[in-house]
Amino acid sequence: MAEPRFAVEAEGLRKRYGGPRDGTQALDGLDLRVPAGTVHGLLGPNGAGKTTAVRVLTTLARPDGGTARVAGHDVVREAARVRTRIGLVGQHAAVDEVLGGRQNLVMFGRLYHLGTARARRRADELLERFRLTDAADRPAGEYSGGMRRRLDLAASMILAPPVLFLDEPTTGLDPRGRNEVWDAIRTLVDGGTTVLLTTQYLEEADRLATGISVVDHGRVIAEGAPDQLKARLGGDRIEVVLDDPGALSAAAGIVGRVASGEVDVDAEALRVGAPVTGRAAALTEAVRALDEAGLAVADIGLRRPTLDEVFLHLTDAGKSEKEVPA
Amino acid sequence: MSVQTLRWAVADGRTLTGRALAHWARRPGEVAVALLFPVMVVLMMGYLFGGQMDVPGGGSYREFIVPGMFALTMAFGVETTFAAVAGDAAKGVTDRFRAMPMAPSAVVVGRAAADMLHSVAALAVMAVCGVLIGWRVHDGIAGALAGFGLLLLLRFSLVWMGIYLGLMAKGPESVAAVQILVWPIGFLSSALIAPSTMPGWLGAIAEWNPMSATVTACRELFGDPGQAGTSWAAQHSVLMAVVWPLVIAAVFIPLSVRRYRAMGR
Repeated sequence: MAEPRFAVEAEGLRKRYGGPRDGTQALDGLDLRVPAGTVHGLLGPNGAGKTTAVRVLTTLARPDGGTARVAGHDVVREAARVRTRIGLVGQHAAVDEVLGGRQNLVMFGRLYHLGTARARRRADELLERFRLTDAADRPAGEYSGGMRRRLDLAASMILAPPVLFLDEPTTGLDPRGRNEVWDAIRTLVDGGTTVLLTTQYLEEADRLATGISVVDHGRVIAEGAPDQLKARLGGDRIEVVLDDPGALSAAAGIVGRVASGEVDVDAEALRVGAPVTGRAAALTEAVRALDEAGLAVADIGLRRPTLDEVFLHLTDAGKSEKEVPA
Repeated sequence: MSVQTLRWAVADGRTLTGRALAHWARRPGEVAVALLFPVMVVLMMGYLFGGQMDVPGGGSYREFIVPGMFALTMAFGVETTFAAVAGDAAKGVTDRFRAMPMAPSAVVVGRAAADMLHSVAALAVMAVCGVLIGWRVHDGIAGALAGFGLLLLLRFSLVWMGIYLGLMAKGPESVAAVQILVWPIGFLSSALIAPSTMPGWLGAIAEWNPMSATVTACRELFGDPGQAGTSWAAQHSVLMAVVWPLVIAAVFIPLSVRRYRAMGR
């Protein structure tokens, strides 16, 4: 069978936990399409429904409504088929901590029905690929966080599944562990695996994902490539940091002349910022005008909005704050 | 169920039994402690308390408590089952199994088989210890085998209780709660003390305790000291030692299966 164009296709997924009054609507009509061979990020605050979405897509939870197909198979009616075509890395490193890394992989390989000999060979390949060969016989409980996650990833890759689900794969890791896991994920993607990744870390989505769905209250509230999402906030911004608080209002006036939108003044940080359209022209004009006015500038530059700003803008967390013009 | 499905169910169950055996090989100290703990209890009871204990109907107290300790060892097994099941659920290992194309039954079959093997080892250790302190089988090999059969039947039913409680638990830490539950239920029986020496109402409860049924039946089958009580349950201990575990299994097998399935709701 030819691989479907979308590795993950969900329409109107609904899932409620608890009763009609005291329960929570974890998924409230979630739509999702992940093109085969890409890394897609599900981004959202805690409780947005990311994990529930992964549980439904990996057959661990039954949806109350809506449909989902993973690798071309319906997650409810063809759950057994789906399970042969996915790997799952959940929020915990779900490995046996008493057993060694190799023992873990051989056990999971046998449970994937490879047979003992093939399970052993596959375990050795994966240990090599995830750089765990040296630690293969140590109990997984003694591994560092990053190593345990890599073992977890390796266990998910035993069948080399076309679709891999990663639910907050770097939560709780130190920066080194996080880099190790990111490298491992990139290697998988180079091999053609489709990855659906949930994360609270915008940097993670920015670095790894080609497409992002921002999830809040159980539905997708924005979608696109990281750059597209950032562009929705008005593209480039100019930022001027001053030495002297007294110069703030004069500087705000100058920045306002080159800006294409509202000027933000952060009095505490002595910073003036605003969206601009013509990058170089706006910057040159601002520098010249500030110089002419004799204002001492500590720093000046252009930057794109961060995903954090996009995120705050889109989700509830940012609703109470001032709306940034789009 | 096709032959193929059944074959994989057996193979997957064996793989997970092997996982538990590999744990023992990795942590022999833990296994030794688990196997020797009942030995310690029996030595404590037999030699510290034993001097003051009279067995109604006569006979050695140390010989009296060995069948009781066999049954208590089976009851302590609930903690082993519970901790393993709750630990896997809390660490996401159960979810990993559920998202894999393996036989869903294997998780419990593997657990049950490993725990039964563990119990056989525990009974063997306990029996050797018993023989060393003067316990004997007086009524032949058939009775002895029947007695050990009843003990393992009790353990089998308690495996399901342990699986159910483990699936209900928030985490493996709640094993303390299970321990607190197991001890009074284990001691409020004929295992270490004859119910006839307890206050009347308490003795009646003790005689109807499933633990007592197995203990009293074992004493009868082994020909060990100890008088069966006067209650109907005590008079029909062998029958009750079969009925109680079947009742416990009949309650906890469907509850466990339902709970396991409900993880997907």
